[in-house]
Amino acid sequence: MIAGPRSRRVTVAGVRYALLIGAAVVLALPFGYMVSTSLKAHTLLLEYPPRLIPKSPTLDNYAQAWGANNFGRYFLNSASVAIATTVGTVLLASMMAYGFARFRFPGKGVLFGTVVVGLTIPTMLLIIPQFLLAKNLGLLDSLPGLVPFYVGTQIAFSTFLLRAFFEQIPMELDEAMIIDGAGAWRRYWNLAIPLSKPALATVAIFTFLGSWDEFVWALTVINDVSKRTLPIGIALFQGQHGTSWGLVFAASVIAVVPVIAVYVTFQRQLVAGLTNGALKS
Amino acid sequence: MTTTTPAIGSVTRTAPGGTDRRTPGSPRRRAGWAGLVFIVPGFALYLLVIGWPAVQALLISLRDYKITPGAESPWIGLANYTRALHDPVLARSFVNAGVYMLTTVPTQILIGLGLAVLLDTVLPGRTLFRVLFYLPVVTSWVVVSLLFQYLFATDHGVVNWFLVDVLGVVGHPVNWLGQRWTAMVAIGALGVWKGVGWSMLIFLAALTGVPRELHEAAALDGAGAWRRFKHVSMPFIRPTMVTVVILLVIGGFNVFTSVLLMTNGGPLDQTQVPLTYMYRQAFGYLDFGYGSAISFLLTGLVLVIAGLQYWWARRTADGGVK
Repeated sequence: MIAGPRSRRVTVAGVRYALLIGAAVVLALPFGYMVSTSLKAHTLLLEYPPRLIPKSPTLDNYAQAWGANNFGRYFLNSASVAIATTVGTVLLASMMAYGFARFRFPGKGVLFGTVVVGLTIPTMLLIIPQFLLAKNLGLLDSLPGLVPFYVGTQIAFSTFLLRAFFEQIPMELDEAMIIDGAGAWRRYWNLAIPLSKPALATVAIFTFLGSWDEFVWALTVINDVSKRTLPIGIALFQGQHGTSWGLVFAASVIAVVPVIAVYVTFQRQLVAGLTNGALKS
Repeated sequence: MTTTTPAIGSVTRTAPGGTDRRTPGSPRRRAGWAGLVFIVPGFALYLLVIGWPAVQALLISLRDYKITPGAESPWIGLANYTRALHDPVLARSFVNAGVYMLTTVPTQILIGLGLAVLLDTVLPGRTLFRVLFYLPVVTSWVVVSLLFQYLFATDHGVVNWFLVDVLGVVGHPVNWLGQRWTAMVAIGALGVWKGVGWSMLIFLAALTGVPRELHEAAALDGAGAWRRFKHVSMPFIRPTMVTVVILLVIGGFNVFTSVLLMTNGGPLDQTQVPLTYMYRQAFGYLDFGYGSAISFLLTGLVLVIAGLQYWWARRTADGGVK
């Protein structure tokens, strides 16, 4: 028996739960208040004292945000950009990682070093020259134009993570395929990719969430109201209608729900990816 | 990775397609170059949108950059940097970011570590708590910034209602976002609320690596919970602590979206932080040269501080062990 008499252990557990529940309430309350505000009719938004449970909840704000205020459009914009970014990043980063993990050629160290340096460059340092680059390439105010910049931003971290994973795949498997006459591309596509599904899933989730929530770059390069992604749609919407908090939060819930769904579903992969990255650095 | 002479049996260890110098022109050697085919597409994109802009950022900061087509952007040496050193608003923005960092980083670490310790046990509902604590981390900065703007609103704001009507500690509603330090309190509260889940998660992973037997042995020797934490767990999570502190310090100085959306640096530039000020200079006033110089000053400062922390952590760790 390490932990003293039974009654003491029960007390310890009670205190533990009390603290955890207290923290959970504090962390969850702002979300609760956001959802509650989004369910309040317009006239009740400025009620005082504030109430957490709306008196007569309504979905009007959601219908209005989705339809009249373009958020359905913004949702599709965000979704297509995020999906294109995810596909592009997973493909290009896994190819790059495979090249670094399985081949030797002169200059490989320099190339990989360049990728690693990219992990340390703050994204905001690049926003001015990236803006000028996008302008020169004619990619300003274009939804597809967001994708190469999002992929470029995500590719260093993704390559780094996948390379470590590929290196753990036993070389003997490759050799067996070589004996069967398989070329490099088939070994990548039929061996490395199927064996790396967990790592690829981690990269895909990080990339998807990162581009779904991306704000500053889209804010800077997108001008046309119909081309807005959800984050800038929400932020700038708030600017036009300073007091329509019910609509703002209905739109926010629409933007947050997919993130929470992805996170809750894949939280094991996400946690593994995060802690690996942080603990090994 | 090492290039020692191949020993017997090392043949199976070399990468398939690895360069085999004794048989030039063999399929193996050509396969080595095939690696480039895998790397080139991604690497080219990376060079274009990250590498090239990184070089450009430095060059732009040495110019009086004009965005108008056809206009010249003369080289002005370090003039943007000397201007920065004499800019009182920039100085204030660094002070604001420094204060934000110094207040939010220790708070996040204390709360995050506390929650991790509470969760580091066999406990029904453990995963539920972990997922819940992490929710603010995955929620977009835009959404939570607007949410906190609403919570800290002067009239009808929940925080004011709580302080005035429930606790009665202040007589009249506080204009949180309309003054420098109260605005920094609101922005800092958001930073802590959004960040604790992240440090909790990292610390929890580190605590899981502490061998149970060590705790049990210490408990048998009569060590209480606090002493077990200090002498058994802490040495194990020390490297994690170093990483977390460095990453949080970097993140603290780079605070941006919350400030942009909650105060936009106002009123009268009182709550500017380096990145909101940089963004204003670049995309508000189109002064790209000055904006780039501010970015570089911030990056340089952050690198120096992170480097010093790393060096200090290494030094004290060596001193402690040897």
